[in-house]
Amino acid sequence: MSLLTYIFLLPMLTALLIVLIPRNYRFVIRSLALLATFASLILAVTAFCKFDTAAAARGFQFVQQITWASALGMSYHVGADGINIGLILMGAVVVFAATCVSYRVTTREKEFYILLLTMGGGILGAFASLDLFFFYFFHELALVPVFIMIGVWGRGENKNFAAFQITLYLSFGALLVLLGLIALYLQLPPPDRTLDIVTLTEYFKANPMAQAPQHLIFPVLLFGFGILVSLWPFHTWAPLGYASAPTGTAMIHAGVLKKFGLYGLIRIALPFMPDEARHWAVILSILCLGNILYCGLVAMRQRDLNMLIGNSSVAHMGFAFLGIASLSLIGITGTVVIMIAHGFLAALTYALSGYLRDELQTTDMDQMGGLLRKLPFIGTVMIMAMLAGCGLPGFAGFPGEILVFFGSWQRSEVIAVLAIWGALIIAGVYMFRAIRDIWHGPKEWTAIGDPLTLARKMPYCLLLGGLILFGCFPRLLTDKIKTNVAPVVRMVGAEAVQLSSVPKGWSAK
Amino acid sequence: MNFSSLTLEILVASLAMLLLVSDLWAGPRVRSRLGFVSMAGLFAILAISFNIAPCAPGSADSMLAQDGLALFFQRFFLVTAIFIVFMANLCADRIPMGIGEFHVIVLVALTGMMLAAAANDFVMVFVALELMSICFYVLVSFQRSRLCSLEAGVKYLILSALSASILVFGIALIFGSANETNFVRLNAAGAALDQNKVYWLGMLLVLFGLSFKIAAFPLQVWAPDVYQGAPTPVTAFLAIGSKAAGFVLVLRVLFLAMPRLALQWDKILMLAAGITILYGNLCAIPQRNLKRLLGYSSISNAGYLLLGVVAFSASGSAAVLYYLAGYLFTLAAAFLIIGLVMRDSEDIGTLAGLGRRSPFLAAALSLVMVSLAGIPPLAGFLGKFLLLRALIERGAVDCYCYWLAGVALVGVVISLYYYFAVIRVMYWAKDPPDLSPIAVPAGVRIPLAVCMAAMLYLGIFPRAVLASAMDAVKSLNF
Repeated sequence: MSLLTYIFLLPMLTALLIVLIPRNYRFVIRSLALLATFASLILAVTAFCKFDTAAAARGFQFVQQITWASALGMSYHVGADGINIGLILMGAVVVFAATCVSYRVTTREKEFYILLLTMGGGILGAFASLDLFFFYFFHELALVPVFIMIGVWGRGENKNFAAFQITLYLSFGALLVLLGLIALYLQLPPPDRTLDIVTLTEYFKANPMAQAPQHLIFPVLLFGFGILVSLWPFHTWAPLGYASAPTGTAMIHAGVLKKFGLYGLIRIALPFMPDEARHWAVILSILCLGNILYCGLVAMRQRDLNMLIGNSSVAHMGFAFLGIASLSLIGITGTVVIMIAHGFLAALTYALSGYLRDELQTTDMDQMGGLLRKLPFIGTVMIMAMLAGCGLPGFAGFPGEILVFFGSWQRSEVIAVLAIWGALIIAGVYMFRAIRDIWHGPKEWTAIGDPLTLARKMPYCLLLGGLILFGCFPRLLTDKIKTNVAPVVRMVGAEAVQLSSVPKGWSAK
Repeated sequence: MNFSSLTLEILVASLAMLLLVSDLWAGPRVRSRLGFVSMAGLFAILAISFNIAPCAPGSADSMLAQDGLALFFQRFFLVTAIFIVFMANLCADRIPMGIGEFHVIVLVALTGMMLAAAANDFVMVFVALELMSICFYVLVSFQRSRLCSLEAGVKYLILSALSASILVFGIALIFGSANETNFVRLNAAGAALDQNKVYWLGMLLVLFGLSFKIAAFPLQVWAPDVYQGAPTPVTAFLAIGSKAAGFVLVLRVLFLAMPRLALQWDKILMLAAGITILYGNLCAIPQRNLKRLLGYSSISNAGYLLLGVVAFSASGSAAVLYYLAGYLFTLAAAFLIIGLVMRDSEDIGTLAGLGRRSPFLAAALSLVMVSLAGIPPLAGFLGKFLLLRALIERGAVDCYCYWLAGVALVGVVISLYYYFAVIRVMYWAKDPPDLSPIAVPAGVRIPLAVCMAAMLYLGIFPRAVLASAMDAVKSLNF
């Protein structure tokens, strides 16, 4: 058995186990959930450390393949390369942190942890899968719990609407992806039809796809995946959905589940359909300006903390798309770094805003102010997270964003300048305003306080630690990522920019 | 005369006779146990069916084709009947008189379905369908004291008779123009027949009549009314058995009797599939009665199943079989729960708070809804995946298939809305009126657990059933 199988199977099997436990054994249920996600985190860290960067170019590691249904060319196939190993690590950290901060859930805990573990295991499985069927299957498996979790444990006036909106919107995107994936699979002649991503990559490398099918499939996949990642103008589900969701759900969804679409674009859409990828890159780079500028400006107007974070998270996805649209080695490497950095960042900000919501019973920033005196720990972490959100050096977002800007500069200076403006000025404005409104000011509070024990503080530290670790040592990621992004860029055929042309410190070789 | 190809039908019919006689002679104690006798007998026949090899493929001079396709569907109907008899036992207190007759009529209808599965001749098609329909006239209005059951019975009687007359008119035209009713000989009669306008009209009318059985456009309007009014076990039997019987006949007529003509009519079939999907899904949105909602959902599912038919390929027909297998367990679980929980009213509102009243039932009904919506890891997802795969494969020949796939996609998104609304009511409806726990007898837990396990199995491990479905459709011509 591969390490990766254990990483996502552990949470899922624990979910099954919890089904059998009577609901009044609340301590047992929570401990089991914590244990399972912690074990999967340890395994993910082990996998990340054992990952052989030098051998990454030779193919996938931790591979396991079992024939599932040969009539369909379906096999259970997992494996990791430089692109998904970091995502799996990030996912495992976020799932564990989300389980940790869910201690405030007191109603129907049994169902909550079953759904949370299914969701976490599902998305980790999607990142580990190298078979189109399981790739889709695991993602969709992670999607349904979101609906029930928002409905049952969600908060706010509009939770009903939010639950339906997020489910219908995302299911529509996922179904578009399904159509696209099936169409891709049918491009092969009947005897060699397979759903195996590795074999498909080899096949399309040797026999590039004809123009006509590319013309049909690429937009379907682009917009399908785009809806899942809240590409402007298909982003409206995100802020309200996250604002209504319980903390753990919002953390896993915004942090991990959303990255599935970007991962799919890099892993499948770009290398298999290079001609259309070059054609659509221009449109994509304009749409992602919508994310960066439009959603950034919307975030500036928000008076609700959750809506601000939601819009800023949508805006951040714009940078990830910008890197993909640059079609260059440096840009796409930057995208993967952003995906990982934003995973930590989004999970951290939702965890913190969830804590504030539980303490203050509101997320309205007009009613906050002066909180730093009472909440020194939460306040410090949140100020750091918000600085990380502006792309401050030292946090993982910075190397990602700067790589993306280098990449997109090669394509179009105008778009790069606009995006940088969005990143530095707009994000700076709303983040600093939020810091001022929430943490400073004369208002006095009673009866609120920081998490008391070290264990309760640990999930925040863990996520912040991830941001700082990869912010100070981005080579831990970039060395792995660029090795495996290089073949993708070669297949796309756009002129590759060598990573070595980037200033030392971000990468050198 | 070769009886070997009729073994299963003869066994089922004898079981029915046995029940009928013992209902006359036995005392009340035995009479109340007749359902268990019927179930035991059906289990035995199911076991026997696994020892029968497909023996007689359809030939030019046989009315029955005991091939792989027939055997697949006969097992399907036997499993369905076991669930139906079980549900009838569960609801026996609501059927005031003649529960023994009820079981007998179910078995006779089952015989009709099993004959339909093997039909190789238009005469046999009509005989099998009439055997089924006449049983259903009685079954639908079995709760004689309930007005809406009688109303449903009358509606079903009139519309079914109408569709049967259309069908038999079509058969008459076919016989008049080709002088044949045997599928193999009709197919062999060659291209000359395909030009004959009378023959065309006959085939068209036959398909028209069959669309009643599968509850697809243009004869789908009966489904919601009848589903709502009929006793719950009968609704389940209609939704699973009758629909599957319709589909096996559609497959046989299209791909054995008229494979060339079917290809010419692909646009008509695609149009019917698209309209059926949209009609079923759009009309289901405002429904408040769960059985009525499932009636509309059954229409939309007929549309999805037609996608596999219009793919005109072995993989498409195998997908139809696979989807039906998943549909069987999904709907069986749904109607078991309806029979148990919604005893007085079938309004979705009565499900409010089910998540607290009985977490097991709520979880089972959620799985049903999620499976019907086509979401992994359940049977409905894999079924839809296979259907869409077959349809898009066909898209290489006929680009309208992409549009149809788009329609199906829109339909699935609409259906998520009303299926998930049921889940919403169970878990977070405001002010549930009744929060008393529901006791679930162990006898109900077991079949429900079987259904849930089967839904998961079909959704995760497709290999075995898909292989048998692929095997079964080998007897069709594409």
